[in-house]
Amino acid sequence: MAHAPMLEIKNLHATVGDKEILKGINLSIHAGEVHALMGPNGSGKSTLAQVLAGRETYRVTAGEVRYEGKNLLELPPEERAVAGIFLAFQYPVEIPGVGNLYFLRTALNAVRKRRGLEELDPMDFLALAKERMKRVELDQSFMNRSVNEGFSGGEKKRNEIFQLAVLEPKLAILDETDSGLDIDALRIIAKGVNSLRSKDRAMLVITHYQRLLDYIVPDRVHVMAAGRIASSGGKELALELEKKGYSWIEEQQPPKTGRPGARAQ
Amino acid sequence: MTANAAVKEIAKREYEHGFVTAVESDSAPRGLNEEIIRFISSKKNEPDFLLEWRLKSYRHWLKMKEPTWQNVQHAPIDYQDIIYYSAPKPKKSLTSLDELDPEILATYQKLGIPLHEQKLLAGVAVDAVFDSVSVATTFKEKLAEKGIIFCSFSEAVRNHPDLVMKYLGSVVPYTDNYFATLNSAVFSDGSFCYVPKGVRCPMELSTYFRINAADTGQFERTLIVADEGSYVSYLEGCTAPMRDKNQLHAAVVELVALPGAQIKYSTVQNWYPGDSEGRGGIFNFVTKRGRASENAKISWTQVETGSAITWKYPSVILQGDNSIGEFYSVALTNHRQQADTGTKMIHIGKNTRSTILSKGISAGRGQNTYRGLVKIQKGATGARNYTQCDSLLIGSHCGAHTFPYIEVRNNSSTAEHEACTSKIAEDQLFYCRQRGLSEEDAVSMIVNGFCKEVFKELPMEFAVEAQKLLSVSLEGAVG
Repeated sequence: MAHAPMLEIKNLHATVGDKEILKGINLSIHAGEVHALMGPNGSGKSTLAQVLAGRETYRVTAGEVRYEGKNLLELPPEERAVAGIFLAFQYPVEIPGVGNLYFLRTALNAVRKRRGLEELDPMDFLALAKERMKRVELDQSFMNRSVNEGFSGGEKKRNEIFQLAVLEPKLAILDETDSGLDIDALRIIAKGVNSLRSKDRAMLVITHYQRLLDYIVPDRVHVMAAGRIASSGGKELALELEKKGYSWIEEQQPPKTGRPGARAQ
Repeated sequence: MTANAAVKEIAKREYEHGFVTAVESDSAPRGLNEEIIRFISSKKNEPDFLLEWRLKSYRHWLKMKEPTWQNVQHAPIDYQDIIYYSAPKPKKSLTSLDELDPEILATYQKLGIPLHEQKLLAGVAVDAVFDSVSVATTFKEKLAEKGIIFCSFSEAVRNHPDLVMKYLGSVVPYTDNYFATLNSAVFSDGSFCYVPKGVRCPMELSTYFRINAADTGQFERTLIVADEGSYVSYLEGCTAPMRDKNQLHAAVVELVALPGAQIKYSTVQNWYPGDSEGRGGIFNFVTKRGRASENAKISWTQVETGSAITWKYPSVILQGDNSIGEFYSVALTNHRQQADTGTKMIHIGKNTRSTILSKGISAGRGQNTYRGLVKIQKGATGARNYTQCDSLLIGSHCGAHTFPYIEVRNNSSTAEHEACTSKIAEDQLFYCRQRGLSEEDAVSMIVNGFCKEVFKELPMEFAVEAQKLLSVSLEGAVG
């Protein structure tokens, strides 16, 4: 089992409504690897992230996803979280009236409990949270504010990485965590993410821009177009893409079936 | 919302206060007539003024019609099929808590009410009303040192008839409305509290209501008088056994806040709501009103999760200049529960202020109505009101309705109204579940967040209970 991939996606097809978004994805990620997933708007990157996390808005019509040897697709979202999958949302959701830290402690303890671990008491949790907040330079005033409510775009993204740092998943999926960030915020986030790289943890980093990959250097780069992975390579692929633009990939594609620019969201 | 079979299958937790206590009780015959009223009055050895008041109320009630304007539906109530008086039969007259029927004591212990003073959480004095009769009042002596009177209504009638005569019906007159008038005729007990001038009541006072006997109505009456410059915080909790017939609960609460006094009145109402098909449950038709003199303040906080039907409008008459009225409410309807609740703020004095914050949650096939009146009289110059009514819908078979009435009769006043209705968004649920929370825990967390502004008005120990209650009441709401 040592060489088996942590995540193995085979010929994955998914639809929203009657529109097919994913049209046969094949992708394997091993523990310890960081994969970047790039591609133009509407190519299906976010859809793939959401399908992996178990969002019921999308229907898987064909293919399979194995995670640590198990059929991931039959698990509800919370069981995937228990199994160690974390999605940093492209648009983090506001939950009015629910304290940020309270939310995270409840989540962590729910996951720990399901894993048969002891729940963290509030004091131990607070110590952990404070340490992890420093990594993403999130001010302590965010501890008791409502989840994402009134946060700026950058603060929301940092809050996602803070949650990632506390929950310590095995597979982290970062969905356009860099979008809308200025260069300083980008550095902070990348620093936080890099501190979480380990031989036991895999990451799938979704981004539009090569810029992020200057800071989070990937082991593999995949480019999506029209619901498929059109090209895969090392980190140099991202640089080439930056130079030539996405049209270069799309030109290599078979005739497109989906409407260009149509978004899954 | 996406259907989730796993959640649908989660067994709905049974109403956990639904047990019946086997105590002998002393009941009036079924039905209502002047004889019954005399029977109740004589059982309680009441003075003539009270019997006269009851009879006056009864005769007035006969001329009244049951109101139909509320946004609820139920089968007609047969007022002749109700037992209007039921009291646990005492072995002998009680002189201390130790002599209380052990069965009743056990019931209260099951409900988690600390009746034994030695076991009491410091700071809560409890008056417990079992069916129609107040069975025990704790901490009486300690309160008496400060001159505070806290006892059952019957006891107040016996020991403090002047106070009762002076204030009974002074805020809710016996002619007020159908159910209040019925209560005035047949009320059997309740709580009474008087806080003397300048005294700050050192502990939370609390009444616990329990309907036990079958086919009985509960008609209790609470009267709280806070004399000049005093302060009191009062808590009220309610439960009932599960029965498949509806039971009527028509209570009256009157609050009198004299100049500079403050009364904070908190309710956690968890009467049996009926089963998921709407069989049984309590009809909770309650009149609650306070009168605030100058510089006085009255706050109502309510968490209404129980009852088949809730019909209540805790109100404040802002009579004195600079008086303040507040209403904080969470009303939850699940399954086939119905609630028509809100408040009335009547601004009479100058520079009077009122705040209304209502949070309605509808799940299952629940119907939730906010109905409120803000009335600013001509003389109430400089009066201000702020109203916020938020509704949260869970699922697509429930309903939320808002009927705000605003009447402003002078032009130096301001009334603001904000309302919003939202559904628990699929993205909120997914976000929580992605982090590892079950769907039910996620709903409960989102709902608790929605209610936070109201919960923070509750005394600490009540706030915790209210949160738990909300989670339990929401079980089976998703899917």
